[in-house]
Amino acid sequence: MTTALNRIDQLFADRDRKRFIPFLTVGDPSIEATFHLVKAMVEAGADLIELGVPYSDPLADGPTIQRASERALENGVTIGDALQLVKRLRESGMEASIVLFSYFNPVLQYGIERFFADLAAYGADGVVIPDLPIEENGPAVTAAKQHGIHVISLVAPTSSSRINTIGAQATGFLYCVSSLGVTGARVDLREDLADFLERVKASTTVPTAVGFGISTPDQVRAVAPHTDGVIVGSAIVQQIEKHVEELKDPIQMPQAVEKIKTFVHQLASALQ
Amino acid sequence: MNNSQTTTRVVPDENGRFGAFGGKFIPETLMNAVTQLEIAFEEARRDPAFVQELNGLLSEYAGRPTPLTYAERLTKAVGGAQIYLKREDLNHTGAHKLNNALGQALLAKRMGKKSIIAETGAGQHGVASATVAAKLGLSCKVFMGEEDIRRQSLNVFRMKLLGAEVIPAVSGSRTLKDATNEAIRHWVSHVDETFYVIGSVVGPHPYPYIVREFQKIIGEETRSQVLQMLRRLPDEIVACVGGGSNAIGMFYPFIQDESVALRGVEAAGKGIDTDKHAATLTLGRPGVIHGSLTYLLQDECGQVQEAHSISAGLDYPGVGPEHAYLKDSGRVTYTSVTDAEALEAVQVLCQTEGIIPALESAHAIAEAIKRAKEMSSDKILVICLSGRGDKDVLTIQEALTTGGGE
Repeated sequence: MTTALNRIDQLFADRDRKRFIPFLTVGDPSIEATFHLVKAMVEAGADLIELGVPYSDPLADGPTIQRASERALENGVTIGDALQLVKRLRESGMEASIVLFSYFNPVLQYGIERFFADLAAYGADGVVIPDLPIEENGPAVTAAKQHGIHVISLVAPTSSSRINTIGAQATGFLYCVSSLGVTGARVDLREDLADFLERVKASTTVPTAVGFGISTPDQVRAVAPHTDGVIVGSAIVQQIEKHVEELKDPIQMPQAVEKIKTFVHQLASALQ
Repeated sequence: MNNSQTTTRVVPDENGRFGAFGGKFIPETLMNAVTQLEIAFEEARRDPAFVQELNGLLSEYAGRPTPLTYAERLTKAVGGAQIYLKREDLNHTGAHKLNNALGQALLAKRMGKKSIIAETGAGQHGVASATVAAKLGLSCKVFMGEEDIRRQSLNVFRMKLLGAEVIPAVSGSRTLKDATNEAIRHWVSHVDETFYVIGSVVGPHPYPYIVREFQKIIGEETRSQVLQMLRRLPDEIVACVGGGSNAIGMFYPFIQDESVALRGVEAAGKGIDTDKHAATLTLGRPGVIHGSLTYLLQDECGQVQEAHSISAGLDYPGVGPEHAYLKDSGRVTYTSVTDAEALEAVQVLCQTEGIIPALESAHAIAEAIKRAKEMSSDKILVICLSGRGDKDVLTIQEALTTGGGE
């Protein structure tokens, strides 16, 4: 099922177009809801979907995504369920790129080799592992290459001299952490963000995408000139949380999905 | 021992690995900070001025060296090996935790940081951090699980009295693991101005190494005290293991002494045949927690499981990576003791020696009593009495009057 060229590479082939990347947690509040939300987000203009694997100890995440993880874990959602969801999305004809976001321990317990083999078999394109810096990612990168999957590296404003090393090794795209701290919507972005993003761009040949704290169409517009893609997570998860009871109810779910789709469309269209 | 080859290797290596364990599994935002910390620590430990200042504080402020006490009536009551107690309970603030907090806070000052943060379980590391912050003129925030705040209200008040801010961790099981998560999240957000004083030999490299270096004074003192008093090395040493800093501090100077058996004691909670325990090395599998690859209590999908122990300081689903390494190499034997056995040991030590031990240390005492019974009277057994039990008196009273611990 793997395509000769990874979908992420195809997506960013035209660097003149900016790409919109929404994040949501798998199984928040149910696998069924996530399936419909992803389909709606693609219709709303999402180019790449970042699917969060719920985890008991999400160190890099703020309260919003922690709560999403807890809701998913209450349903017993596993990394295996996330992979099955990817398979189902592909079987339904979805062509947008898919990146899984998972902490390292679930990957380690699933088996690194088995994880990348299954990502490829089920039609995912990449993975973000927020607690796996370049010093520790050797075994994952080796397995990923064998299966044509990108391990997406992160760079932070504190990376300083590490930016060039990370940039040189990056594949797929380079995930730029826009602010110090955990994930979560922020009112203001760093004043030196543009400088940081330009420094990252100069360090690498792969496209860049910026995330952590971006929550409004205005913020999307503000960072767009300095990046190839914009990632929005917590702001979308907040919308899911707001409509969580409706999403749990099969009758009310379509309406709730429609509302979140509108929200995502507003963010995505800020890039056009 | 048949594994001197592995135990004489220098650990951690330059990647922060203790054999297969350890490493730096942390967000990129923190990578620069841990690298700076590594450089600063290596400079500091070679700087005579730093060493002198730390040693001065350890002797004139903390009250070191702590004594080695012959437990004569306990020895008689048990009827086996001669039992000695390394009295970390007599360290200022009542536990071994201050050794490390002093070292790290001095390092923080040297690095120009004005604020320290810490996580705490039983509250001992929180109290130690609040204490050194006051002594060195730093601001201090302590992250503590809401459940532990309830269990250790006296220590919470102590920290506040010492001028620290106590921040409740309300996620997950609301205990030490979650307090550590919150401390790391705060650190990620304030990494430029904040120094994270980790309280045990856990976390990403270089923390397990730094904490060992600041705690190894326990074993160094013990080694020279035993040699001076008895003109020989002990036969066996017993210490409790949560994260494992008192145990590593005690064991490390004896690692090369192959005649000395080393025994780490984990919390079996309500029993290792139940799901309410904290016996990570006994029942866990290798996994990643708080930036380190180590033994971990987890489900089959890698979700971290909640630990249970009557002792808040042992209530942790991970363990220091060096312990994972020492278990696999066979140099240290790890066993476990239940809540009920620990409570029994508290009473035995109170009534034979007039010492109220911390519930954590009581696990080592319970195991040592079992061991001493099997040993002849010419053998020497040393217990690391890591802390005093004043903080636990309410918990002990509650457990004894309700028949808890069962």
